[in-house]
Amino acid sequence: MSEAFEPRIVAFLCNWCTYTGADLAGTSRLQYPPNVRIIRLMCSGAVDPVYVLKALLEGADGVLIGGCHPGDCHYQSGNYKARRRVAILQNILRQVGMEEDRVWLRWISASEGKRFAETITEMVQFLKQKGPNPMKGTWAI
Amino acid sequence: MPIQGILPVTDGDILGTLRGMLRALLERGVVEAVLVPVATPDRRNLVPTLVRDPELLAEADPIAPVMPVHSSRIVSQLTFTGPSERLAVVLKACEWRATVELAKLRQVRLENVLTIGVDCYGTYRVLDYGAMAAAEENLTVRLLERVDPVVGFAWPGRELRTACRICEHFIPEGVDVTVGLFGVDARQEIFLSLADRRADLAALWGLEEKEVAGREEAIARLREARIGRRDEAFAAIREQMRTPEGLLSIFSPCLRCHNCTVVCPICYCRECIFRTPTFDHASQQYMKWAGRRGAVRMPADTLLFQLTRLNHMVASCVGCGLCEEGCPSSLPLTLVFRAVGQEVQALFDYEAGRSLEEELPLTVFREDELHIVER
Repeated sequence: MSEAFEPRIVAFLCNWCTYTGADLAGTSRLQYPPNVRIIRLMCSGAVDPVYVLKALLEGADGVLIGGCHPGDCHYQSGNYKARRRVAILQNILRQVGMEEDRVWLRWISASEGKRFAETITEMVQFLKQKGPNPMKGTWAI
Repeated sequence: MPIQGILPVTDGDILGTLRGMLRALLERGVVEAVLVPVATPDRRNLVPTLVRDPELLAEADPIAPVMPVHSSRIVSQLTFTGPSERLAVVLKACEWRATVELAKLRQVRLENVLTIGVDCYGTYRVLDYGAMAAAEENLTVRLLERVDPVVGFAWPGRELRTACRICEHFIPEGVDVTVGLFGVDARQEIFLSLADRRADLAALWGLEEKEVAGREEAIARLREARIGRRDEAFAAIREQMRTPEGLLSIFSPCLRCHNCTVVCPICYCRECIFRTPTFDHASQQYMKWAGRRGAVRMPADTLLFQLTRLNHMVASCVGCGLCEEGCPSSLPLTLVFRAVGQEVQALFDYEAGRSLEEELPLTVFREDELHIVER
């Protein structure tokens, strides 16, 4: 590999907070690395682990799940339930020898465009240090 | 306090005595039907059977050293659309525990159900049972005569199913009626424990209230041995799962036939995502993947299927091991799911099947918890 490793991040963002936060980052002309592919969902509580797993097994280097801050969920409790799902998912990933720190759960509100841009910057740096997802080169999954 | 005591075994015939108990329930109108394992006409299998005619209890075997399907699924079928007539169900400990999970998942309704749990010494694979039953007419009785206190049922040349060899939850807890085999001489007496709400059954069956001295001790002895084997098996499978190579070698024979979900008592979804077109990708997509990686294993998404199934159901996994029985590739699913499930359930101080009151981990939350997963 002659080229520097550029991680790919799949981000599942809730419609009401984090996606709007990402939008604000854009309209505010904030700079952040272009390594993220955003998928908008209505709620972080709607992120079924199957989609996170699919992304990881297809070779995504990181998965970000963005939701409203605790107490702010548009549907009252979706983000708390997302937190339980992510806890289970990370626990299982660790038990089966996959790197659970490739999956990030972060609360970013609609007004936190800056926090969104910083999150992507931070995650890209983290994943560059960590290196590519080993599943990327495995055909036998 | 539950009412505890013994029931004398008439003429040394324990199955006859148990059938008599069920017969009394039907004849006295306590229930309108009984769900209990009954021998198939060829006597090579025992299958859950819904019995209304007391005469047809003649081949019933509540102890059943074989479990071809999980009766909890049948209890769901029989109660799902609402309470009908009163029903008694005879369950092994793991069948009761899965019934508890299904009740919390609103797939079982227990209002009109009399639950009878039977102490379990373990079960054999269906084909093993068939061969054993062909050679020995009174197999259950013979097995009871030679119970090994640190194994459970034991038979020359045959082993209990993996799930049973490492099962420490062989006593049904929280049922209406416990039929106890531990600590008594099953040729002479059965231990019975009735929950307060079913105290009426004491008179019906002629329960003699009394302490059974050796029961707790016999249970503790088997439990200790089973936990020892369990922890050894968990350590081995965890060692193998720890690396991606090990994980892939465990699951590489998977055909993605989904039979594990078909037999699993917890996988109740009417429409499993893996049986929808969600992962039927466009034909060109596979070519693209093969291009990106050099090759792609077909059918695709086998590991995705197994890992997703873990995520979806392991918080409620009771460890019955029927997934492994149903697997044409003999994947070590019992150990994988039980070992992973143990840690996941521990995250929430939860134990699948332990109690009807404990809330399912994925249906509730606390505001102040799990901050460790927030980045």
